[in-house]
Amino acid sequence: MNIRELNNNHSLNQDKNIRMLEIKDLHVSVEGQEILKGINLSVGAGELHALMGPNGSGKSTLAQVLAGRDIYQVTAGEVLFEGRDLLALTPEVRARKGLFLSFQYPVVISGVNNIYLLQAALNARRKERGEEALDAVDFLALVRNRLQAVQMDESFLYRPVNEGFSGGEKKRNEILQMLILEPILAILDETDSGLDIDALKIVAEGINNFRTPQRSFLVITHYQRLLGYVEPDWVHVISEGRIVKTGGPELAHELEERGYGWLQGGQPDVTIKAAIGP
Amino acid sequence: MTSDRQTIDSITSQEYKYGFVTDIEQETIPPGLSEAVVRLISSKKEEPDFMLQWRLKAYRRFVQLQADNKEPHWAKAEYEPIDYQAISYYSAPKDTPELSSLDEVDPKLLETYTKLGISLLEQKRLTGVAVDAVFDSVSVATTFKDALAEVGVIFCPFSEAVQKHPELVEKYLGSVVPYTDNFFATLNSAVFSDGSFVYIPKGVRCPMELSTYFRMNAAKTGQFERTLIIADQGSYVSYLEGCTAPMRDENQLHAAVVELIALDDAEIKYSTVQNWYPGDKNGVGGIYNFVTKRGACRGVNSKISWTQVETGSAITWKYPSCILQGDNSIGEFYSVALTNNYQQADTGTKMIHLGKNTRSTIISKGISAGHGQNTYRGQVKIMPGATGARNYSQCDSLLVGDQCGAHTFPDIDVRNSSARMEHEATTTRIGEDQIFYCRQRGLSTEEAVSMIVNGFCRDIFRKLPMEFAVEAQKLLELSLEGSVG
Repeated sequence: MNIRELNNNHSLNQDKNIRMLEIKDLHVSVEGQEILKGINLSVGAGELHALMGPNGSGKSTLAQVLAGRDIYQVTAGEVLFEGRDLLALTPEVRARKGLFLSFQYPVVISGVNNIYLLQAALNARRKERGEEALDAVDFLALVRNRLQAVQMDESFLYRPVNEGFSGGEKKRNEILQMLILEPILAILDETDSGLDIDALKIVAEGINNFRTPQRSFLVITHYQRLLGYVEPDWVHVISEGRIVKTGGPELAHELEERGYGWLQGGQPDVTIKAAIGP
Repeated sequence: MTSDRQTIDSITSQEYKYGFVTDIEQETIPPGLSEAVVRLISSKKEEPDFMLQWRLKAYRRFVQLQADNKEPHWAKAEYEPIDYQAISYYSAPKDTPELSSLDEVDPKLLETYTKLGISLLEQKRLTGVAVDAVFDSVSVATTFKDALAEVGVIFCPFSEAVQKHPELVEKYLGSVVPYTDNFFATLNSAVFSDGSFVYIPKGVRCPMELSTYFRMNAAKTGQFERTLIIADQGSYVSYLEGCTAPMRDENQLHAAVVELIALDDAEIKYSTVQNWYPGDKNGVGGIYNFVTKRGACRGVNSKISWTQVETGSAITWKYPSCILQGDNSIGEFYSVALTNNYQQADTGTKMIHLGKNTRSTIISKGISAGHGQNTYRGQVKIMPGATGARNYSQCDSLLVGDQCGAHTFPDIDVRNSSARMEHEATTTRIGEDQIFYCRQRGLSTEEAVSMIVNGFCRDIFRKLPMEFAVEAQKLLELSLEGSVG
């Protein structure tokens, strides 16, 4: 660890110049086809950014690249996570340092109980922070508390990860994991899709109660639905691998009314830099 | 993908921890199989005539089977022909006269077992496990003999049983696995040199776990042990065997026979943690584990339960089976078999239902990694007299990476229409998406694979005695190192 990194560690969130997440001219390809064509995005501590766009615009690709999925090739650009080169870190190190991805399609792991994965994940995160593993009693107390927040039954803990879960249960399970792991940057990939109105409210409340001045969110969504319950600081529209429009919460409503058509094929919006400046 | 593959490779290629050789003076007879060799083994053991005659019958049959080219090759395993004349059929640490206490055991032997994590010292009673240790061809020490004798349990080397309890040996030897049973059982019957013998008298619940540790040390030898366990009426015993061998470039043959007999209301629980040397990561060397294991539930309400964790051996050919003769008798088979690198395993069970209301359960978990090939082969047979018989079979295969294979050959033969049969089978692959999901939650690739594999095997590990379940879990992690893709 060099001196700059040491400084970074000590000054996290206090140094207003260090953004939580800074994406600069990011180009990403999969199997030779370019999906992201120069993404620029800057998320400050405590901010909630919504990333909206039609299907196939590259929203999920961006989420997967940020989490470290290696089927995507980054061909140009850089990503800084609290000032560190994010792309140089393995997926598990990103996670341990507080980057959390709520999966669009949570994965089934047969034979592994939910609680077991939760415990292993939490201990990995705590270890990174120099904390000791929680003992069984404290761990269970924490988990029970978080279960209430997402209105999940304790029996969830003893079912195999996502096996036989309904769509809504899977998404709530993702939020449960987020609440337990306490990330500093949460990327929620279509967490609202497939939720009925009650589940949507529960998830939204989970997010709202979880917002702090230190914690940032990147909420990826196709519809404006979730944003009716979770107030974003910024809304970005992505189309064909580029961010074509950035605005405040009102942009989401506009999209709901007008659709994406009027933005597609547009050039990167010159107001972005100004809009997301400090 | 690349980084996962590399981690998997580095895990799978982990060194075999038990691969050391003990430098001890050994008496090994020259390689080759002949009537003279069979007689020599019998005379070294100072066996009564009935044993010698039995061996000779087996030997002659083996010669005939060889002449008729009857070595079985139906297993899904490929290997070079075995030269039975190149194997030495007897090897023993030198100077092993009657030992009256463990103090007389060669310290190097004790050191070997300490390295293997087995305490032969009676002071360490805390473990509460009586151990019989078989080093190459002979049994070197049996612990807790006295404590067991108090309740009438006989637990001793097979060769000792032949001399001290010939009536029991003569009555039961070959009664479940006759010397004519199959090629390798016939060979074993001719040349077996030692093994363990257990007799639990009527109504006795064996007060501790019994355990045998098999160690193959000498080069170019085969190990042919024979285990015979008799649970008399209303008795219970839990027995565990473990196996290791040094790393050697050539393949070594292990052809053991295990016979279990459960009389009325008796129960035998037999657990195996098999970790013979599996060969190196290119498939060079390793043990050929060609073993015949069978239990007879002879009495009413009797029960035999096999649990095996198979992680070692270059080739495994083994089908621990139950013959359910007694009415209401129960047979169980719980198995975890892991193949990594170039290992091949063809394993499963046979449940033969003869008595009324007999029940059997088969749960087989096969894990294939690297270039490993894993085969489940099982037979459930309901005979005409087995009214009300029930079987439940479940065969699950887990693939790690994309170079390995899993195969399932179930055979169901029902001759009584009242039978109830269930068969479930699944094949899953540890997917990149599962590993990525776990990594996104902060687990390393190794941790993710080991968590998924352990979850897959959990039902089986639960069947093992506690301390061995922990051991089995560690073993699995070690055997998997370097295996994800």
